[in-house]
Amino acid sequence: MYAYDEIDRTLVNERVSEFRDQVRRRLSGELTEDEFKILRLQNGVYLQLHAYMFRVAIPYGTLATNQLRALAHVARKYDRGYGHFTTRQNIQFNWIKLAELPDALEDLAKVGIHAMQTSGNNMRNVTSDQWAGVAPGEIEDPRIWSELIRQHTTLHPEFSFLPRKFKIAITASDHDRAAIKIHDIGLRLIKNEKGETGFEVLVGGGLGRTPFIAKTIKHFVHGRDILSYIEAILRVYNQYGRRDNIYKARIKILVHELGIEKFSREVEEEWQHIRNSSLQIDDEVIEDIRSRFSYPPYEKLPHMPDELRQAAADPDFEAWRKNSVSPHKNQGYAIVTISLKPIGAPPGDATAEQMDALADLADKYSFGEIRVGHEQNLALPHVAKRHLPALWKALDKLGLATPNVNLITDIIACPGLDYCSLANARSIPIAQELTRRFANHELANLIGRLHINISGCINACGHHHVGHIGILGVEKNGEEVYQITIGGRADENAVLGNLIGPGVKFDEVADVVEDIVEAYLALRERPEELFMDTVKRLGVEPFKERVYATR
Amino acid sequence: MTSPLEQKKIKIAGPSIVTANRTWDGIVVYRTAAKSWSADLSEAAIVRNSDEAKALLAESVADDVGAIGPYIAPVQVGADGKIEPGNLREQIRRTGVTIGQSAQV
Ligand code: HEM
Ligand code: SF4
Repeated sequence: MYAYDEIDRTLVNERVSEFRDQVRRRLSGELTEDEFKILRLQNGVYLQLHAYMFRVAIPYGTLATNQLRALAHVARKYDRGYGHFTTRQNIQFNWIKLAELPDALEDLAKVGIHAMQTSGNNMRNVTSDQWAGVAPGEIEDPRIWSELIRQHTTLHPEFSFLPRKFKIAITASDHDRAAIKIHDIGLRLIKNEKGETGFEVLVGGGLGRTPFIAKTIKHFVHGRDILSYIEAILRVYNQYGRRDNIYKARIKILVHELGIEKFSREVEEEWQHIRNSSLQIDDEVIEDIRSRFSYPPYEKLPHMPDELRQAAADPDFEAWRKNSVSPHKNQGYAIVTISLKPIGAPPGDATAEQMDALADLADKYSFGEIRVGHEQNLALPHVAKRHLPALWKALDKLGLATPNVNLITDIIACPGLDYCSLANARSIPIAQELTRRFANHELANLIGRLHINISGCINACGHHHVGHIGILGVEKNGEEVYQITIGGRADENAVLGNLIGPGVKFDEVADVVEDIVEAYLALRERPEELFMDTVKRLGVEPFKERVYATR
Repeated sequence: MTSPLEQKKIKIAGPSIVTANRTWDGIVVYRTAAKSWSADLSEAAIVRNSDEAKALLAESVADDVGAIGPYIAPVQVGADGKIEPGNLREQIRRTGVTIGQSAQV
């Protein structure tokens, strides 16, 4: 867990009273919507189809149980009893009343939660691996650096009025769970030959209308120089970025247009001016942040406790354990992923009751800590293995033990036309139908790891470009039509998927996905060959044939 | 459903209304002939040509304290005068999400 200092607490509280005053002036007509819009966006408040939407940041995906309870309280008191976890370690409430928003913000501020950096053309919530600090083989806890960057960029004038929004993600593991290659800046924590901590820096990733995978701009930037290096990137971006055209304003376009070589030369030159400035980070600053992260008092526990051995006889427990439980860096402990993807339900939603109950379970079994990942699932990061059977039973009662993590029904979907004012087509009902089609656990298991990502418009909030199967909703003559891509991935080997052919209608999407999956099962060389490996080996053609032969 | 937020030129193909979200709570509202807002589509003022549409929109935009983000949306008017939303987006705004979610009240 991370303990905020006095400065942060004061800042958060000041923001609440400031916003309360702004809302008051808006409701009395003193402020027009035009004047108010930028102010509400600075506080995470959007307008959606049915109501205002309120987006709250969960910095680097770490939540304490009192914070999760506060989110449950907001869902219950100010919203309709549920919240929606997004792909950027945020939670959204869909039915908030503007008049009550200052109260909701105030209730959240009491537990150190806020909505800064969740919208607007500024530096957004710096995301990280949801297994940070507990993943085996991790170089060091990447949240220390996320927090450093958060402190440096929150409300920093230079980062508050960028040409466009700006997103950074950090990972410290070989396996990238933070999707750093689809961020404006991706940071991979590494050690150099001397054993010093630093970063491989990637730049210019992003999805949306013009998707790009980030490119490496520098193979090693020393940890003490990371702020000046990021600042150098942002200065070059601020100088050249296209403020005139919203579609060309993201840094990915600039990197593409200048070329990575020229872009990196510009950054290098800028960096030489500022790297030895006050932006250089003292070891004490890092140590201070490090000391604010607390880790549980782990016990020395057996690798294979009796409780686990006994529970292994229950096939339902085993099915869940195989998909939801991952190795922990400390012996005797495990990381448990909580699927927010029950069959037939909207991906990423959690009710207030589930949040409260999960907070209780985290207190009991995970040292009071919960994590939020980019796959719209949650995790309990420090569970003693001997507690796994009891935890599983409790989760199952709450509808939170669907054994489908990383399987075909673990779908990432944006809100789409059911909520979003920018949408062209619905996303959630497509996800729901697909989970019903593949509800059979044996079938899902037979298929193996397969990520489906769905977006309701080209903004790509559901990351469809990097889904193993990606589904993009568009509109054609007033009808919802879906374009389907295959072969994308969002991890350390990130690539964009390829279109398989003409778009298909709402009612046909699930059939098409079934065809693709059947083709894969017939084409794979052995059961261990994953869907994306088969696509890589054979390309789009055989899948295309299968899908369009009868259509 | 191309987002009406990108509405620039005002050109209507059939009977239309102006809709927005009420400022204080965000709920979906429709501009009425009585120059106010109603949550009930049956009370919406119907416009049938671009000039009427422009005028209704201008009047709605001016009432910025009442509702935000007004735009013109198509409707279908039945023989009995019953007004129905003219596209899926407006259908969803009127009747709510289509996802039958348990958490939804
Ligand atoms: C419902 C309200 C939402 C609105 C109005 C909205 C709007 C947008 C827009 C306009 C963009 C494109 C920005 C650009 O390319 O410059 C975007 C990107 C993005 N959104 Fe959303 N979004 C919403 C909800 C969500 C949700 C629920 C998620 C997570 C499930 C999400 C995750 C993302 C991500 C990850 C991107 C970045 C994609 C990229 O790399 O370009 N958004 N959003
Ligand atoms: S992808 Fe489009 S439809 Fe989906 S949430 Fe983002 S902006 Fe809305």
